[in-house]
Formats: sequence, C-alpha cells, structure tokens
Amino acid sequence: MTASLSGHMSALTRRRLFWPVTILIVLLLANLLFTPDFFKIEIRGGHLYGSLIDIVRFGAPLIMVALGMTLVIATRGIDLSVGSIVAICGALACLWISGQDDQNSVAGVLTAVGLALGLALVLGLWNGFLVAGVGMQPIIATLILMVAGRGLAQLITDGQIITINSTPYKLIGGGYWLTVPFSILLALGAVALAVALTRRTALGMLIESVGGNAEASRLAGIGSRRIIVMVYVFCAFCAGIAGLMISSNVSSADGNNAGLWIELDAILAVVIGGTSLAGGRFSIGGTVVGALLIQALSTTIYTVGVPPETTLLFKALVVTVVCLIQSPAFRAKVFQRRRRPSARAAAREKTKVEVAP
Amino acid sequence: MTSLTGRWPGLRRPQRKYIPVLATLSLLAVMYGVGAVRYEAFSDGQVILNVFVDNAFLLVVAAGMTFVILTGGIDLSVGSVVALTTMLSASLLQEQGWPPYAVLPFVLFVGALLGFAMGCIIHYFEIQPFIVTLAGMFLARGLCYTISTSSIPITDPFWTSMAQSKVRFGEYFVSPSVIVALVVVIVGAYVLSHTRLGRNTYAIGGNPASALLMGLPVARTQITVYAISGFCSALGGVLLSFYMLSGYGLHAVGMELDAIAAVVIGGTLLTGGSGYLVGTVLGVLVLGVIQTIITFDGTLSSWWTKIVIGALLFVFILLQRVIGARKAR
Repeated sequence: MTASLSGHMSALTRRRLFWPVTILIVLLLANLLFTPDFFKIEIRGGHLYGSLIDIVRFGAPLIMVALGMTLVIATRGIDLSVGSIVAICGALACLWISGQDDQNSVAGVLTAVGLALGLALVLGLWNGFLVAGVGMQPIIATLILMVAGRGLAQLITDGQIITINSTPYKLIGGGYWLTVPFSILLALGAVALAVALTRRTALGMLIESVGGNAEASRLAGIGSRRIIVMVYVFCAFCAGIAGLMISSNVSSADGNNAGLWIELDAILAVVIGGTSLAGGRFSIGGTVVGALLIQALSTTIYTVGVPPETTLLFKALVVTVVCLIQSPAFRAKVFQRRRRPSARAAAREKTKVEVAP
Repeated sequence: MTSLTGRWPGLRRPQRKYIPVLATLSLLAVMYGVGAVRYEAFSDGQVILNVFVDNAFLLVVAAGMTFVILTGGIDLSVGSVVALTTMLSASLLQEQGWPPYAVLPFVLFVGALLGFAMGCIIHYFEIQPFIVTLAGMFLARGLCYTISTSSIPITDPFWTSMAQSKVRFGEYFVSPSVIVALVVVIVGAYVLSHTRLGRNTYAIGGNPASALLMGLPVARTQITVYAISGFCSALGGVLLSFYMLSGYGLHAVGMELDAIAAVVIGGTLLTGGSGYLVGTVLGVLVLGVIQTIITFDGTLSSWWTKIVIGALLFVFILLQRVIGARKAR
C-alpha cells in the first residue's frame, strides 16, 4: 500500500509540469495569508475584477513572448531580440497613431497595428535568415538585433516617449471585451492557435525533430531551414503583439524601457515550464504556467509589501530552485545519495513497472 | 588547438588565426582615421587615452568575459556584479565605516565567490551557463536593491584620490584605473598563452569531451574561469566606483552586452576555443571610439551607438563564418 503510494507519488513528481504547477499553487496560497479575498473574482461595471484576473492580464504580454520563445527554443535556438522587437513595434504603432488627425479612427489604428506587426515579421525573417541562412549561432544572431533594435526603437521615437490618446488602440492592452480583458483573450487565442498547429498537425513533431538534430532532419526530408525561419518569424510576431499590448496598456511608447528584460523573463518562463534549452522537446502548457508563475511572483511581492525592487532576488531563487530540481544531474547527486543504493534500485524498478501501463 | 600550435607559429597557415584580430585592428585604424580627418581635435593623443580612461572598467570586465567565452560558456551576470560591487563598496565605506584596505579585498572576494558558485552549479549540476548566470544576474541586481534602492555617494579619501589623480607622462595623462586595467590585461594574456590554465581553457572550448578524455582538469578549469570572470567583474566594479564615486543598483545596466560585443568584435569565437585577449582590448577600443566619434559629431544621437555596434557585430560574425568555412574546407 505504502509502496504503491510512494510509487504514485514519484510518478507524479516526475511529470514535467508537477513542480512548476506546485510552486504556482503554493505561491497563490501564500497570497491568501496576506489578502484573504485573493481568490475572489467579481464583476464590477460589466468587467471582471480580481487579483487572479490581474495576474493573467499583466502576464499576457509575457505569455505571448514566451509562447514564441518556446518554439524557438524547441529548435535548439534562442531569441534574445524579443525585448527590442517589443519596443520597436510599440514605437512604430504609437508613432503612426500620433501622426493621425483623428487618433480614435479605427482605420488608422488598424493600419498602425498592421504596420507594426508587418515590421515584426520582417525582423523575425531577418533573425531566421541569420540563423538558418547564414548559419550563425542563434544566441549571437539575435544578439545583433537585441543591441541594434533598442537603437532602432529610439530612432523611431526620436528618443522621446510618444504619448497617444486613442480609444481603439487602448482596447488591445487595457480594454475589455465581453467582460474579459481583451489582452487575456488575445493571449488565449494565440496559445490555442499554437497548440492546435503544433499538436494537431505534424508541425510540432517537425519542430522537435529539427531541435533534436537539424542535419538528420534535413536528410530525412524535413525542410529544416524553412522550419527554423518559421519559428523565428512566429516568435517575432508574438513579440510584436506583446509590444502592442504593453504600449497600449500605458498609451505610450518608450523606446528605451518598453520590454526591457522581457527576453530574460520569457526564457525563464520557458525553462520553468520544462522545455529543455538543448532543444528537441517543448511544452506550451508548461510555458504558460511558467509565465503565470513569474507574474504571480511579482504580484505576490507587491501584495506582501516587500520592496518591489527585490523581485529580482526572488526570481533568482525561483530560477535556481526550479532548474536544480529539473536537472537530472542534481537529482542524481543530491536526492539519491541519501537513500541506500539497493533500495534506490528497487524503487526505480517499481516505478518503472507502474508507469509502464 | 591554438595553444598547441602557438609555440610554433606559421607552419602551415601562417596568419589565418590572426585574421579576426587584424580585421579589428584595421577597423580601429580606419575609424580613427575617419575621425581624425573629420574632426580637428580628434588626432590629439589625449583623445585615444580618454577612450581608455572612460572604458577602463569595461576592459577589465571584458577580459574576464574572454576567459569564459573561450571555454564556450557565457557570463550574463557581469553587469550586475559590477553594480553590486559599487553598491557594496559604497555601503561599507559610507555606512559601515570600513577602511578602504578592508573593503577592496572583501568586494573582490565577493565577486570571485559569486563566479565560483555559478561555475560549480554549471559544472556539477550540468545546467546551461546561460541560465545559471542569468539567475546570478538577477541575484546580484536584487542584492543591490536590498542594500539600498537609491544611489550612495562615496566620499572616502582613498576613492576620491583614485578618481582625481592622474598618471602623467609628458603632456598626456591617464587615470590610475587604466594602469590597473592594463595590468589585468597583461596578466590575463600571460595566463592564457603561457600557463597550464590557459591551455586548458582553449582545450575545453575547442572540444570539452576530448579535453576530458585527454585527462585535463575540466571541472577545475571550468569553475576557475567563472571565478576569474566574477573577480574581473568585481574589479571592474571597483574601477567604475572610482569613476562614478557612487554606488547604485542601476550602474552598468546592459554592460554584459557591451562586454560580449567587445569580445566578439575582438575576434573571439563564441563557440569557444579560439581568440586572443588583445582582440578584446581592440574590441573595447572600437566601442570607445564609436562613442567618441558620436560625441565629437554632435549631430548624431546617442542611439546611433547601439545601431552601429549591432551592425559591427553582424559584420564581424559574418567574417568569422567566412574564415571558419574556409578553414573547414
């Protein structure tokens, strides 16, 4: 009885999502101690309100960026330039809208969105070309745009912060649609689309196979290069949407600070979600949990009343703990040393048998 | 690879391994030439020395980064460790009343310890350097803010004397920081080219698996390079606090990118195993000269620096690819 229970437990802890979800739940429960009505969600003035809604709402840009990043990392790549793309897209959209006579015109806003996302696609194509066409290491190829992109964003805004006053544009990041914040719907839609495309078609498997071994995949008849270019374009597109959300939420574009460090948060979310940086497998669900975990962490720190600047400290702690727990070498060295070797072997046999069916 | 043939240079392909460094050198010469032609005061020798004065801390940090990148790793924590060092020095000097001779070794030790810890996690738990040093980056920045969220000015006499004194030769002068930075570079270059540690560093970057099979101390070397990088970041932080005379959690934001850019422009391969410290010095100078030209011009806005650095990164990585492709053939 106890043996089978421990067997079930260890099977559970071996699940990829077990640790991130557990930490997320612990974090949310911890909030309950400080704010008793933390889990309360209410409808006020036709809009959904509540701390949980806020976590998802403010986490939406991060979810978008991390979503694109997941697919890039699955091909054994990395995209450092997303933060710059966020800034560039926000800047371009705000610049276009601020130049309109009527900032509230829907057509003008749609053009701005179209222009910004179009530029994002071009930037993604550039990254993809450098990685797949020229054959640069992804970390370096995207470093170029990460450095130059900040300059480009400031070039677009002319070093100023562009403020706009446009109701239709405000909807993207700060508005509500059918009582739900629009940014949540956008993020949900993007996640659903990505899951459908990768898990309902062969695309996900192709991406994983390219990440496992790009050359072998090419020899097996997969268009490795095309897939790599595609994931970078997708990643830039997601970052572009995130850029629109961020700039729309504050109705302004700041070439210097918009999306600063979001690439690191996104990579963090992906890693926490159990996608290996070595490529070859990915979990979109894990990424969403990872992004929510990071956002919940920031929210918790605000509600607990710790100085918000120390968020970084907790982030460091969470990254280290999650990465250590996920590292097979760490588990082998720390957890199994405590048990007797024979008992360990026996336990392993048992779990194997129970996991098999 | 390079270290093995280093003693007998030029047997088969004489200059090939020096091409990236030579390219950087010629770029620097061209940029300096353009500057000298366009702006009258530019040809003054003091302008070049000022590039050193303004970038001494970056030089030290980039030297440490070169070690890490030569092993094929990366250290994203350097900027934060620099900030932490300025903060720690300022707080210990001003608020705790420590004497300078106690503060200096202590902050250097903290930097080296952080690097050592990250190296241990990277090696023993087999987590990517990228993620570990990212956590280190968050940790060091976070620690800054636990000390104080605002800037702490430093009024210690030793610090101010280091900030204001000038090492003169003839009509030119440099700050003491430049001397420290040059000593670091010379020691670093000696270690890389003439010691066992240096050869092991190149060997691990060339191919970690064969380095292990050859019986080289991979663990010790890998941890040492991160400790060196941590130490250099802390020293860079001390030099920055000489320069700024303050400790602040927002000092050196994004410096890791500058350091990586300097190393890459200096011709070191990011996959590890090939590169020279002198290249890194040239890389830092290139970044410094770009800034100087933009300052001299006056009509160019500061963001052009970033765009130009990005473009240079692109050109140099492309160059590395071309050379690498030729080598493979």
